[in-house]
Amino acid sequence: MPRRDDLESICVIGSGPIVIGQACEFDYSGCQALKVLREDGFRTIVVNSNPATIMTDPGFADRTYIEPLDPESVASVLERERPDALLPTLGGQTALNIAVALAEAGVLDDLGVELIGAKVDVIRRAEDRDEFRKAVESCGLRVPSSRIVTSLDQLDGIEVPAVVRPAFTLGGHGGGFVWTHEELRRQVEIGLAESPIGQVLVDESLRGWDEFELEVIRDRADNVVIVCSIENLDPMGVHTGDSVTVAPQMTLSDEAYQELRDAAAAIIRAVGVETGGSNIQFARSRETGEVRVIEMNPRVSRSSALASKATGYPIAKVAAKLAVGYTLDEIPNDLTKTTPASFEPTLDYVVVKFPRFAFEKFPGADQTLGTQMKSVGEAMGIGRTFSEAFLKAFGSRELDPGVPTPWATLDDLPDDLHPWFRAEIEKAKAELRSGDLARAKRAGFGDDTIGQVLGMTGLEVRRRRHELGLRPAFRRVDSCAGEVEAASNYYYSTWGESDEAPPTGDRPRVVILGSGPNRIGQGIEFDYCCVHAAQTFRALGYEAIMVNCNPETVSTDYDTSDRLYFEPLSPEEVLAVCDREQPVGVVTQFGGQTPLRLARAIEEGGYRILGTPHDAIDLAEDRERFARLVEELGVRCPPWAIVSSAEEALRAAAEIGYPVLVRPSYVLGGRAMRVCYDDEQLAETMAAARGQVFHVPGLEHGRPDPADPAVLIDRFIENAIELDVDALCDGEEVYIAAVMQHVEEAGVHSGDSACVLPAPSLTLAAALEVEHVVKRLGPALGVIGLLNVQLAIADNVVYVLEANPRASRTVPFASKAIGVNLVEAACKLAAGSTLAELALPVPRPTQVSVKAAVLPFARFPGADPVLGPEMRSTGEVMASAADLPTALAKAERAAGRPLPTSGTAFLSVRDEDKPAVVAVAAALAGLGFQLVATEGTATTLRAAGLSVETVAKVADARPGEDTVVDLVRRGRCDLVINTPQGGGARADGYLIREAAQIARIPCITTISGAAAAVHAIGNARAESALSLQERIGMGA
Amino acid sequence: MSGYLLLEDGTLLRGRSVGADGAAFGEAVFTTAMTGYQETVTDPSYAEQLVCFTAPMVGNYGVAEERLESDGPHAKAVLMRRLGGSEWAEWLRRHGLVGLEEIDTRTLVLRLREAGAMRGVAVSSEDVLSPDDALGRVRATPVMAGQALVAQVSTPAAYVFRAEGSPRVAVIDYGTKRSILRRLATAGASVTVFPHTVGAEELVAFDGVVLSNGPGDPEPLVQEVETVRDLLGRVPVFGICLGHQLLGLATGHETYKLPFGHRGANHPVLDRRSGRVLVTSQNHGFAVAPSEEAEATHVSLYDGTVEGFDFPGLRARSVQFHPEAGPGPHDAWPLLEAWVEELRA
Repeated sequence: MPRRDDLESICVIGSGPIVIGQACEFDYSGCQALKVLREDGFRTIVVNSNPATIMTDPGFADRTYIEPLDPESVASVLERERPDALLPTLGGQTALNIAVALAEAGVLDDLGVELIGAKVDVIRRAEDRDEFRKAVESCGLRVPSSRIVTSLDQLDGIEVPAVVRPAFTLGGHGGGFVWTHEELRRQVEIGLAESPIGQVLVDESLRGWDEFELEVIRDRADNVVIVCSIENLDPMGVHTGDSVTVAPQMTLSDEAYQELRDAAAAIIRAVGVETGGSNIQFARSRETGEVRVIEMNPRVSRSSALASKATGYPIAKVAAKLAVGYTLDEIPNDLTKTTPASFEPTLDYVVVKFPRFAFEKFPGADQTLGTQMKSVGEAMGIGRTFSEAFLKAFGSRELDPGVPTPWATLDDLPDDLHPWFRAEIEKAKAELRSGDLARAKRAGFGDDTIGQVLGMTGLEVRRRRHELGLRPAFRRVDSCAGEVEAASNYYYSTWGESDEAPPTGDRPRVVILGSGPNRIGQGIEFDYCCVHAAQTFRALGYEAIMVNCNPETVSTDYDTSDRLYFEPLSPEEVLAVCDREQPVGVVTQFGGQTPLRLARAIEEGGYRILGTPHDAIDLAEDRERFARLVEELGVRCPPWAIVSSAEEALRAAAEIGYPVLVRPSYVLGGRAMRVCYDDEQLAETMAAARGQVFHVPGLEHGRPDPADPAVLIDRFIENAIELDVDALCDGEEVYIAAVMQHVEEAGVHSGDSACVLPAPSLTLAAALEVEHVVKRLGPALGVIGLLNVQLAIADNVVYVLEANPRASRTVPFASKAIGVNLVEAACKLAAGSTLAELALPVPRPTQVSVKAAVLPFARFPGADPVLGPEMRSTGEVMASAADLPTALAKAERAAGRPLPTSGTAFLSVRDEDKPAVVAVAAALAGLGFQLVATEGTATTLRAAGLSVETVAKVADARPGEDTVVDLVRRGRCDLVINTPQGGGARADGYLIREAAQIARIPCITTISGAAAAVHAIGNARAESALSLQERIGMGA
Repeated sequence: MSGYLLLEDGTLLRGRSVGADGAAFGEAVFTTAMTGYQETVTDPSYAEQLVCFTAPMVGNYGVAEERLESDGPHAKAVLMRRLGGSEWAEWLRRHGLVGLEEIDTRTLVLRLREAGAMRGVAVSSEDVLSPDDALGRVRATPVMAGQALVAQVSTPAAYVFRAEGSPRVAVIDYGTKRSILRRLATAGASVTVFPHTVGAEELVAFDGVVLSNGPGDPEPLVQEVETVRDLLGRVPVFGICLGHQLLGLATGHETYKLPFGHRGANHPVLDRRSGRVLVTSQNHGFAVAPSEEAEATHVSLYDGTVEGFDFPGLRARSVQFHPEAGPGPHDAWPLLEAWVEELRA
């Protein structure tokens, strides 16, 4: 059945900002889909609010709408574009939910838009608990039994062991595991008391069961293939996104595996997914072999991205083709070219995925793993054996030493781990202990780890290895275990085997280093940059070689580069790829901090860094060198000192003057950064820093050096306007691409602050001064490529806070706002062009663009949801409009925090903010908001002549009196403005913010943020959606 | 590691012996199935073969009596990248099978894919046989083409696998897998198994006859083909694997040796009549030459070879793949069940 000819244009919905549970994998799937749909001649329209995605690049679809992902906004795009069909199965749960909402509201029917990929009734059957249970039972299978209980007399017939889960309690508080009926009764009693709605869920216990996932695809001729099986190493009950997983499954016999395969095929048919991929999760008792069907996603998912990378079978691409009418036997396998998509992949290697957590960013948060996902990224390892793949993925997490994480060491294994895995890991450890280099390598250990056992550095191990002729071999991922000839360009390394198909061809090669697993501070924006780097170098006539270990990304799509090496980003593996490829240069400026840490090793290995040399990075990061340079240039930076003890810190602070910003060097995302207002806070921060290990220039790979903790103390400039500048430099000339102003004041990490382009409060004089500073910095640092400079302006003085000679987090946003592809330009500079030759247009955006951060506080109950110098956002959205208030309001809406336009506003601010809060409150009152405040703030507002209701703080409340927290909890508030007191304010402020978080009420924690929000509430206009192509004046 | 695999072209791959001591000569072949190692080596179709598993880890889930496809192993050696469990190694030793791990299996697969199936020897240790001495002996062993191996694996005497049931099905054992018998029994049939030498007259009283799978080249099986021809039109026939090839020969089709065979659990087969694709379990080194004739109902989406016949006039049909699975996907189970159902009607 060939392509449907009755469709001409198709709208694809993306998944929006990166949040925990929805990351780059949907950019990967969206990109694949758009690619094949365009190849097939469809007109494509994409809606996604995330500017850091490749799928929202203006050249990727015919029409690109960077608009909020809510039903209203997508409806207005559909109304404008009138596509024939809507494809919602590639944008995660977000896209699916919007599609269902639009279908149910009748919008799709009204506009004559057909839903393809999954019908509404199918989505409902997969997602509605009860309907799904019925579908599963119709196949003779079972879902775990579960009962909603509201009183103790509803416990009859419940089997034990069971799990009791109270509804709406934080972190599952009041719930637990019960073995006996007596325990069940007691736990339910506790749970009913704890649950604010007096309800608990009693689930069949699947503790100790194993968890498996199957990736299934079905076409409209009812053909079904299983792309991949995935086995979870963490016990049943841990979200699969938080679990270590392995593919193919390792512990099931053929008959047991086929039972799951049959079940998966039966379920996809019963649910009725006609065209596309689904992920089906199973629990299986290790003892009895009983099976329970846990859930199904009738769409591509994180697991299907993983399965695609694990097998080389592009699920999203195939799903898109199926959605427009093809059948599996008509779609060729990309890797083999000769076999069809109905050839189920078979693996002659093992793939292991590790989640990457960020608990260190959320002190106080509950770190227990459960059914709600908490990890922020993942790394995948490919090896010829389980231990090799496991150890590669284990090491690819790039953990800072000592951070709290599950699977911290090879001794931290989960209790219920299947004995097979435990035995394999123990065997590997024995190989390491053997001291035999060849055996340790073959088990999968990296040079650094082996060095620790042998008392050598990784580099020394490497030298010894090379003397012994021990080098890795590279193998192809070909989806068929070598059975079919495949000119696959997708490689991984292994040990003790023959090397496969060494590169040929005479085009010069460039190795591009990716950014590794997503983490807070380093995410999709760097993958965006790496993908553009690959595209640009290919267009320039180079072969682009990609090295990365993040399975979610577009960069690890084998289509993106000429060759893909799915490898850990450590010196050992990267140098091995370089040795094989003999590149003319290695590109390190696009993958965030990860490649920068490798730059020195690469240069020492005899390879050239393309573009900005490593010394420029060192110059920018080494505070003493940087300070000297800045002084020579006559540029101001805040006074600073480097200290290594609390005593030194206090002495330095006395000289610099409070407040001070304390931070380690070479750290992305403001890890462990603090603003201190007095000696006490500083001493506290220094004490906390003692346990930390910092990445210090001059040390390989962030190894701890107790002799040089190298903590940087800066004067913290208050009441400043903070700016982010993205620029290009060819070594002599500088092109200022974007000057962005932060909405939140200095002190909030730039990654967490909203920012506006063009900068609204920049005077002409200040703008010229900023330009002047950046133009001097670029050549002085020796930048060839991208440069990001952060500046603060206070009392008309411009300070340079930091300079980063690499791609910044804002590059995709800036590129889209000004309509200039900055990465492409940077690559051309790195390849030898001058800015004069590029002749880039002077950016003159006619629109105001706002980037707003999305924060994961809801996932981390217990952590204070307040903005600060430590970055904690996972993603961002972009919104553009003719004016700032409209753009800002739209950005907040896109970030999932729509600003209220009426109702009650609660205000409680610290003393420093009291003068400024008056204007904010007055504006709110003028807009018709009722004002409520705690005592101190209320007094200030009343003094200014505003009418305000006072509510008690929690600590001050008389018994029975309603507190602010009760107010928020009951939803009697529509907006919370609460700025934290300098130190230790975990009492009231924290409770207010936490309550707002739970009640999903917008909670603004900075006074500048509040002012901007109120301005937006008052002045935002309704504006119709406009495509990016129209905004930047690009024909489509 | 002093174990090794040596191919007739001189390719030498080192490995560590985890099975029995000895030197096993045979045809080196590979299977891409990721599960079912015990089923594979006990499948009589693997007689005289050294089986390489492309699956990265083999032996992970131990062994079990019910996974035997016959009384014991028929493959002569097992070649693995990594042994996944000690129970499997013990089983190999107990059954006298040479087993090597740490073999660069992918290199072996690529070699076989490019050069075609080759004779070889798997040796547990150089002390047993040195590579220098081995090469001549490898080259002296017979090639697989032209070998009639059915006699060595077929049952010596007829036996009843399942007495009660309807319809009454006879299976000609050219090296049958137990899964075939089990699937027939599960479908409700009574099952009687006959040696490969059985004559047509003994079988025509049954409601249907299954031509089983089996090892070796179908061409020299002249007598067996004759028997099949005798059966055609007199009793419904269902051929599987070698049985399919014999039906092909009996109906004037040609068979030939595939360069390196189809062995795995992921091969897509198109049913030309319905347009449906079956994911199938396969294990064959010989095949029926491509045919455009209508009776060729199933075709390999991988290399176009005939994967199934239907001769309605002769009441005979066959499949090249293994509808009984064991190991592999169950997609084609309904083919056998439907046939049994038709016989019953």
